Amino acid sequence: MKSLFTTIKKAAPAAVFTLALAGGAVLQGCSSGPGEGSATAAGVASDAAQAVYVAPGKHDEYYAFLSGGFNGQMSVYGLPSGRLLKIMPVFTQHGENGYGYNEESKAMLNTSHGFVPWDDLHHPKLSRTNGMTDGRWLFANGNNTPRVARVDLSTFETVEIMEIPNSAGNHCSPYPTDNNEYVIAGTRFSVPLDMKGGTADVSMDEYKDKFRGSISFIKVDQEKGDMELDFQILVPGFDYDLANGGKGPSSDWVFFTTYNTERSGSLKELGASQNDRDYLAAVNWKLAAKYAAEGKAKEMPAYYYHNKMDKDTHIAKSTIKKTVRYLLPEDCPGMMYLIPAPKSPHGIDVDPSGEHMVVSGKLAATIPVFSFSKMQDAIKNKSFDGEINGIPVFKYESVLKAEVPEPGLGPLHTEFDGKGNAYTSMFVSSEIVKWKLSDFTVVDRMPVYYSVGHLMIPGGDTHTPDGKYLVAMNKITKDRYLPTGPELAHSAQLIDISGEKMRMLLDFPTVAEPHYAQAIKAEKVAPNSVKFYDLAKNKHPHAVKKEADASVTREGNVVRVKMTAIRSHMTPDNIEGVQVGDTVLFHVTNLEQDWDVPHGFAVMGANTAETLIMPGATQTLRWVPKKAGVFPFYCTDFCSALHQEMQGYIRVSPKGSPVPISFSTGKKKPAA
Amino acid sequence: MKAYHKVLMMIASLSLGLLFLFPMWKIYLKAPQYPEGLEMHIWVNQISGDTDGAIQNFNILNHYIGMEPIHADSFAELKIMPYIVIFFMVAGILVALLGNRKLVLSWVVLLMIGGAVGIADFYMWLNKFGTNLDPTAPIKVPGMTYVPPLLGNKTLLNFEALSLPALGSLGIGLAVLLAGLVYYFSRNTVQVKTAKKVMV
Repeated sequence: MKSLFTTIKKAAPAAVFTLALAGGAVLQGCSSGPGEGSATAAGVASDAAQAVYVAPGKHDEYYAFLSGGFNGQMSVYGLPSGRLLKIMPVFTQHGENGYGYNEESKAMLNTSHGFVPWDDLHHPKLSRTNGMTDGRWLFANGNNTPRVARVDLSTFETVEIMEIPNSAGNHCSPYPTDNNEYVIAGTRFSVPLDMKGGTADVSMDEYKDKFRGSISFIKVDQEKGDMELDFQILVPGFDYDLANGGKGPSSDWVFFTTYNTERSGSLKELGASQNDRDYLAAVNWKLAAKYAAEGKAKEMPAYYYHNKMDKDTHIAKSTIKKTVRYLLPEDCPGMMYLIPAPKSPHGIDVDPSGEHMVVSGKLAATIPVFSFSKMQDAIKNKSFDGEINGIPVFKYESVLKAEVPEPGLGPLHTEFDGKGNAYTSMFVSSEIVKWKLSDFTVVDRMPVYYSVGHLMIPGGDTHTPDGKYLVAMNKITKDRYLPTGPELAHSAQLIDISGEKMRMLLDFPTVAEPHYAQAIKAEKVAPNSVKFYDLAKNKHPHAVKKEADASVTREGNVVRVKMTAIRSHMTPDNIEGVQVGDTVLFHVTNLEQDWDVPHGFAVMGANTAETLIMPGATQTLRWVPKKAGVFPFYCTDFCSALHQEMQGYIRVSPKGSPVPISFSTGKKKPAA
Repeated sequence: MKAYHKVLMMIASLSLGLLFLFPMWKIYLKAPQYPEGLEMHIWVNQISGDTDGAIQNFNILNHYIGMEPIHADSFAELKIMPYIVIFFMVAGILVALLGNRKLVLSWVVLLMIGGAVGIADFYMWLNKFGTNLDPTAPIKVPGMTYVPPLLGNKTLLNFEALSLPALGSLGIGLAVLLAGLVYYFSRNTVQVKTAKKVMV
C-alpha cells in the first residue's frame, strides 16, 4: 500500500500543470494580441540547441515518417533536427508531382466507390524482420474509404493500395507481424454486412442484431512486399480502435482495443460510454491462419480494388477482387478471447518482453497492464465470465497484472524504451508520463503543448526499441507559433529519453495532422535510396529512349505525343495538326541518367496538374484542348541554367481542319 | 640473358594487358552541383565514366558551350590502339623467348615512342574539343576555350577539371620499367660471356 502522501506528491505535478494551463488561457484571453507560448521554456534542456543541431550538409541520425492524417499523405522528417525532407502522397492526389493526376498513377486511387482522391491516413508502420524494423516498406491505413497502402522505401513512392472489403473506417490498421507474415487491419465502424461484399440497407434500429465488425489478414510477399487479402474474421459489432502485435512469447497474438461494446448506433459520445468496461480482444493470428488454411474459412462474394504500380513500366494497374474468405470466431475455438478493459480504451501496446499488454483507457483513472502469462493460465483454467458471439470473456482479475495509479488524465498511447520504462501520452493533462514496468509507478512527467495524441520512440513498438528520443505529436498549438489565421499547424516535440529525466529538445510544426509515426536509423534506409531510374530498363509502352524516336501520331481523335526531355529542351517542341476536342496524350520520357535532374511538364489550360518525371521514367499528361490557337508547354522543374528556355508550342486547329500532324525540334521534320 | 631476365621481360609484356582491364587516363570534374564528381575514363578501346550515364552527362554539360558530343565512335584510335597493344605484347614475349638484349632495347624505345604518340594524340583531341566550339552555342564567354588539362587541374567556368593517368597507364610504365631493368641487368651476362670467350 502506498501512503496518501506519496499519492498526492505524484499527482501534484499534473495538477499544478493543469492549473498553469488554465491560468495561461485566462491571461491569453485578456491580452489584446497573440503572445508567445505561456510555458515556452518549461522543461527545455539547457543544451537543447546543441542536441538537435545538425550542421549544414550533415545528415540526421533517423528518418521519421509522420502520418499526415486528413491530408492523406506522409511526411518524412530527419531527427533530431526536425527538418522536413519530403511529403509522400499516398491516398491523396499531389499536384506537386502529378501523383493521382497523371495517367500512370491515377489507378492507384481507384476503389469500389470509384476514383477516391483523398483519405485520412493515420498509422504508418514499418515492415519488420525478426520483430525489428527493416527499412524496406512502410504500410499505412486509409481510414475513410478502407484501404491499406505500401510505400517502397527505396524510392519513397506509393507502390500498392488495397481496398479492404467489409470494413468501414479502417482505423485499427495496419499492424505487421514480426516478419510481415500478415499486415492486420480492423474496422472502426461496425456495419450491417450483406454478405455479398457490401453493406445492407437496414434501419439503424437494427444495430444490435445486424451490425458486425471485421478484422482483415493481409498476406505480404516476403520478397516483393506485394499484398493479398488472405482472410477476414467477422467479429461482434463493436468499434475496433487500435491494435498491437505480441512479441517474444506472445508473438503469435495480436491485440485490439474495442469500444461501443454497448452497440449503440447514435450519439456514441454517450451511448458508447455507458459500460464501465469494454474489451481488449486477443486474437491468435497463427491459429487463425491455420484455421483458414484447414478449410474453416467460408467464402463470400466481394468487390474491392487492388492497385499496384509496376516497377518497370511505372504504370499502376487495378484489379478487381470478387471474393473474400472469412472465419467466424464461434467456429474457431481458441482463436479469440475478450479481456475486460476500462471504459472506451484507446491504445493497446505490448512491451518489448511480450509479457505486458498496456491498455490506455482515455476515460480511465488508471492504466491497466495485463499479463500474457496470466492470460495463458486463464485459458488453461477457463477463468471466464461468459461469452459474446461464442468468444470467451476473461475475468478481469484473472488476466490483470497491475494498474498504474494516477498516471495523469486521458491516457492514449504507450511506447517503450527497452530499458524497462514505458511512456504514455496524456491527452487531457497534456503530458508524457514515464513509468516503470517493474513496479508500475510513475517516475517522471514532461508537459507537451498541447493535447498529445500518439507518441513515438524509434522502434518503440518492436522487440528492440532505440530508447534515445521520443516524439510527441500534439493536436493543438494555439500560441506556440506565429499565428496563421484560424487554421493552425499541429506540432511534434522531440524529447530526450536517454537519461533518468526526460529533457525537452525541440518543437516543430508538422504537415496536417500527424496521428502516428515511425522512425528508423538512417543507415537502414539511406544506402538503398534510388538515385534515378535506369532508362534501359524503362518498359513503359510509350517510352522513347532517344530524341530520334520522338513522334506524334493520330489514332482517331487521340493524338499521342511521344516526347523526350533532357537539359534543356523537349523533343518535339513544335507540334501541329491537333484539333479541338482531340485527346492529346503527352508521354514524356526524361532521358537524363543523372542524380536529381527531374523534368516537369505542363501545358496551358490542361485540367490537371503538372507531371514531374524522374530521370529514366516516362509519365503521361492528358489534355483535351477546348479551343483553337497556339498553346505553350514547358518544363516546370528548374532543371538547368537554360530551364526557362525549355519550352515549346502546340498548335490547335478547329475540328476537321486540313492542317496535318507535324512536329519538330530545331529543324523541321517531315510530316508523320 | 638469364632465365629470370626472360621472366621479367615476359612480365613486362604481360603488364601491358592492364590496358584492357583499366582505363589509361581519367578526367575528374567537380562543380558545386556535382559534389559526387563526374569522371570520364579513357581506355585503350573505349570511353566510359564512373557511372553508366557519365558520358551523357558530360555531353549535356558540354553542349551549353557548344562542344561537340563525345562518342566512342568518333575516335578511330580506339579501334586501332588495341591491335598496337597486342602487337607489343606478342613482340615482347618473342623478345623474351629470343633473349636478345638489343631487341629488348628496341622494344622499350618503340614502346616509349608509342606512348608519347598516344599522349600527343590525346592532347590534340583535348585541344580540338576544347577550342572547336559551335558558334551558335547558348553560352559564349569571349576569349574562353575549354581545353581540359592533359595532366593536373584547371578551372573551366564552374568546373574544376583534374586529369590524371590511371591504372592502365601503369601497365605501360611497368612495361618500360621492367624491360629497362632487363636491359640494364643483362649487361653483365653479355660481358661474362665475352670474358669467357677471351679466356678460351
